[in-house]
Amino acid sequence: MLSYLIRRLLLMLPILFGITLICFIVINLAPGSPAMLQDEFSPKASPEAMEALKKLYGLDKPIHERYFNWLKRVITFDLGKSFVDGRDVVEKIKERLPITVTLNLLSLIFIFIIAIPIGIYSSLKPGSFFDRSLTVLVFTGFSVPTFWLALVCMIIFGVNLGWLPISGIQSIGAEALPLPERIIDWIKHLILPVTIMSFAGLAGMSRYTRSSMLEALKQDYVRTARAKGLPERVVIVRHVLRNALLPIVTLLGLSIPGLIGGSVIFESIFSIPGMGQLFYASAMSRDYPTIMGILIMGAFLTLLGNLIADIAYFIVDPRIRVKKDV
Amino acid sequence: MFRLVIRRILKNKLALSSLMFILFLFLLAISAPFFAPYDPYEINVYKVLEPPSKEHFFGTDELGRDVFSRIIYGSRVSLKVGFIAMGIAILTGTLLGAIAGYYGGLLDTLIMRIVDVMLSFPTLFLILAVVAVLEPSIYIIMIVIGLTGWMDVARLVRAEVLSLKEREFVLAARAMGSASMRIILKHILPNALYPVIVAATFSVGGAILIESGLSFLGLGIQPPEPSWGGILSVGKDYITVAWWMSFFPGIAIFLTVLSFNLLGEALRDAFDPKHWADE
Repeated sequence: MLSYLIRRLLLMLPILFGITLICFIVINLAPGSPAMLQDEFSPKASPEAMEALKKLYGLDKPIHERYFNWLKRVITFDLGKSFVDGRDVVEKIKERLPITVTLNLLSLIFIFIIAIPIGIYSSLKPGSFFDRSLTVLVFTGFSVPTFWLALVCMIIFGVNLGWLPISGIQSIGAEALPLPERIIDWIKHLILPVTIMSFAGLAGMSRYTRSSMLEALKQDYVRTARAKGLPERVVIVRHVLRNALLPIVTLLGLSIPGLIGGSVIFESIFSIPGMGQLFYASAMSRDYPTIMGILIMGAFLTLLGNLIADIAYFIVDPRIRVKKDV
Repeated sequence: MFRLVIRRILKNKLALSSLMFILFLFLLAISAPFFAPYDPYEINVYKVLEPPSKEHFFGTDELGRDVFSRIIYGSRVSLKVGFIAMGIAILTGTLLGAIAGYYGGLLDTLIMRIVDVMLSFPTLFLILAVVAVLEPSIYIIMIVIGLTGWMDVARLVRAEVLSLKEREFVLAARAMGSASMRIILKHILPNALYPVIVAATFSVGGAILIESGLSFLGLGIQPPEPSWGGILSVGKDYITVAWWMSFFPGIAIFLTVLSFNLLGEALRDAFDPKHWADE
């Protein structure tokens, strides 16, 4: 296990390096590049912030030298100061991150709980009404603009029916409520965003579970299990399901970048004060240090998610363990 | 083989209607002035926020412009961005995937690491960052969407090339002294064509979805140029008084993307020899 983990972590190093390189390139794309900092580009930046930034990038030096100087700072978690309010970017991200991570985790759990049973059920009766409805759901999920779906649901459930709140993560004055009521209030606020965030992932995941199940059902060991007279339930749960669910662990990891990226749209629509909303605000006000910080953070979270998925895969699949340790 | 594929598509009702819808959309985009009942930029202060009626099928917006006409003109943006971004993604992905698969070694490692790096960015973050740094314009948007969408194609082409390059016809071409690039272009890539066509069809829909999301956020196509995401973006501010401003562009995006996805799925089935047995 340990040697696998070390090898896996070492593999991440060149990728982390590449991530910082791309972030650096993106920011240096700005027209008139380094000079961008001087004038009309960020009217909101205070002179001190600009001075600090010029020093941060070492604008008089050649580009590769600037990159390595910047990299040195990034490694020590110094992402510079925001153009907008002069605060440390790391601080700004830190206070926004928990909300975004919570929302994404909730969506992942939601996808997991709903999609897998749907996929299993429709794989057991291919071609049935339920199975065909799943296909419709899948194509809707892949094709619907989710920001539009969010608007439609806000209008129906929030405005017309008045069932759910449509913005923020808690009601005004919720801090004063006793804990159970606060939790209910919180859950009410999260139902819409989490459901809609999960929608596309839900469609993909249930389809994937279905095909993975169908693949496993064809295997010889399933025929053997049936031939030796095991009840169908045992065959499905113990033999088919176990094998079919393995690749899904990886898929969950792969769906993380989409979820995090989507948080820009959903957090803006539902006014959720998370990292996505901060990113949107920074993009609108061209707050380069914050844009860069969140870009790195987003990539880092994705890597972390993939790492966790790989470790989980390593734990649940004995075949890999044997192969890798030899 | 190609005729077989076309026959299969024509027999699939869903795929056929998707194809018809896409062709119809093209017609609409090309001859927008002919189909649109009004000038999409024409402001009419006496007809602000009117609900759908016989004169204005999809109602009017906050400046009295005809939403129906704006949606027709908006199809130009969506199709342009969808197809050009797809072209960029497919060309980049095919080229890099073929090089990685054919030459192998250090070049392969390097390209595949770039793929890994690109895949670890939440795509929307990367696109928004680039658009925020540069001025958002339709060209920037096409290029950025294309350059953030080539990785899956590269992986796919690489895998195809890896399995093809040891086959007899390639070895024969090499034995006859063909240049590497010629072997890739003339012998390998045509054989990897079908999965690439499928990926291309899906990526048009994906690009249209991203563009509309960007315009919705105000970082895409800039007003007053009509785009579906842009109409929606303004519409959301008037959603409680003028639902038609956000409802119809959403439906337009949905149907268009759905058509490309259904067509892609049908093409995948049609190209798959496993399905031919039932003919």
